[in-house]
Amino acid sequence: MPFTITEKILGAHSPVGEARAGDFVNCRVDLVLGNDVTAPAAIKEFDRIGAGRVFDKDRIALVPDHFVPNKDIKSAEQCRLMRRFAREQGITHYFEVGRSGIEHVLLPDLGMVAPGDLVIGADSHTCTYGALGAFSTGVGSTDMACAMATGEIWLKVPETIRFIYFGKLRPWVGGKDLILRTIAHIGVDGALYRAMEFTGETLKHLPMSDRFTMANMAIEAGAKNGIFEPDDITLDYLRGRVSREFKVYHSDPDAHYIDTIELDVSDIEPQVAFPHLPENSKPVSEARDVEIDQAVIGSCTNGRLEDLRIAARVLKGKTVHPNVRLIVIPATQEIYRRAMDEGLLSIFIDAGAAVSTPTCGPCLGGHMGILAEGERAIATTNRNFVGRMGHPKSEVYLANPAIAAASAILGRIGSPEELGVEPQ
Amino acid sequence: MIKGRVWKFGDDIDTDVIIPARYLNTSDPAELAKHCMEDKDPDFVKKVSPGDIIVGGANFGCGSSREHAPVAIKASGVACVIARSFARIFFRNAINIGLPVFESEEASEKIREGDTVEVDQAAGTIKNLTTGEIYSFHAFPRFMEEIIKAGGLIPYTRRRLEQLGAATEAPGGIVPPGHGTAMPAAADAKGGDRLAK
Repeated sequence: MPFTITEKILGAHSPVGEARAGDFVNCRVDLVLGNDVTAPAAIKEFDRIGAGRVFDKDRIALVPDHFVPNKDIKSAEQCRLMRRFAREQGITHYFEVGRSGIEHVLLPDLGMVAPGDLVIGADSHTCTYGALGAFSTGVGSTDMACAMATGEIWLKVPETIRFIYFGKLRPWVGGKDLILRTIAHIGVDGALYRAMEFTGETLKHLPMSDRFTMANMAIEAGAKNGIFEPDDITLDYLRGRVSREFKVYHSDPDAHYIDTIELDVSDIEPQVAFPHLPENSKPVSEARDVEIDQAVIGSCTNGRLEDLRIAARVLKGKTVHPNVRLIVIPATQEIYRRAMDEGLLSIFIDAGAAVSTPTCGPCLGGHMGILAEGERAIATTNRNFVGRMGHPKSEVYLANPAIAAASAILGRIGSPEELGVEPQ
Repeated sequence: MIKGRVWKFGDDIDTDVIIPARYLNTSDPAELAKHCMEDKDPDFVKKVSPGDIIVGGANFGCGSSREHAPVAIKASGVACVIARSFARIFFRNAINIGLPVFESEEASEKIREGDTVEVDQAAGTIKNLTTGEIYSFHAFPRFMEEIIKAGGLIPYTRRRLEQLGAATEAPGGIVPPGHGTAMPAAADAKGGDRLAK
């Protein structure tokens, strides 16, 4: 019987060892994740269950990243609740400010997710780890609470849409553009309840950082999970990070897909998603008259070292437009240090950018770059909903790091080509 | 039976407009309810009365995993949400916390703001008392009905742990880690409905 990679992973974690789209399965989880917004509510629910202890102190990750370093008293109290719980329960993987980062960059970088794993997280962008060939999906606080108590989660096995990308990418086009183009193609509910399986010759050479970006935004098409089959690029990334054994799954050639969508991406330009939905993307050449007040480079979508290198390539020797605030946020402490060692932070600071400690901060309108009424930002983040980065009458345009950096210099949305920057 | 007056919303109502992140520094339901739907309709909390019903379009609750969204809706007094379709995390969260949600293309399309509607959960129908129309909604998988009947995922899990604890006598009644234990009637994993009791 042929299976998709998603069906295989869910089957391997179910008591019956097999799962097919449409089945309800009660799965064993390899890792349960929560952050400072979702974990405090989960901890309260956990207490209501009355289980006493968590199922496994080594399989829970608590990452304060949204409103840290604490932005106000209430946030500080939420974080304290989480910290106390971590101490009481002896949680191995609690990450304190200064030794932490944005959850979806931190956990893979630390080798806490491996191919074939089943991860649930009380954060919608938990789907990021599908880039490693794991099944991972976002849930709410109550699901997290129950998973912390039982080590299990009920899941409906999703149907899979297969995406096949072909064609060589143009300069300055990367994972962000592929996923924005894909969401524009199928809509923000185009993959509702489905798995998105990313395949095709274009992806064979796509770096891990770009794959994380694509899987990260599967939720923006409504998907349950996004997934890549592991290959040599995946294994290279895992080397030195994951020492335990893991299992690599592949979809069977005759696996059932509810839909297959082929995308010729050889001609696409860098994409810019206009307010107020991630599906509203246009080629950057059609966005050039949009003036901006702020540019944000960071987040679980595009705050990796590779993203910062691209931004630095564009910003080197240039200055941020007088009307623009550029905020750069390395996603983890490790990335921050490496960006410092490589001289990237100096490039940003010389250009006139603010460099922030790791935080989700502005992406969700938390802190570190909130927009006033009528202001516009270009951001490498993942959502441009009404009020997402601040005032309900502010606007967010989503783009890749090269476009965000170029726009910060130009004072309006634009591309590095306009600045004469040579691509790598 | 749930009966109430309708507040109508469009497609893709995301969790950021249901409860903006600037209020996520608490998980207190009463606090969250004060800001329910604020970025879509700042007057919503002033207008809504206990027992009212929200009717949305497609992809209701898309975006973040914040359970604060269905919690804010429930705590604002809204009795249930009817939509053409729900984003999956919102749907799970609503079931888990005991906010009734019903999927109906017909109801989503035809119900107008201010109509009074009555949801008959047993019959699977929504009656528009203003127009006299009757719509059907998609039945829950029987497995999910068990969670709803238990009053949400927490009481459901508590009961399961008690059953399993009695069987295994694990310390504190906890399921031994790393073993995907069978759910009630989970031995047959073929097909959602056959799985459930």
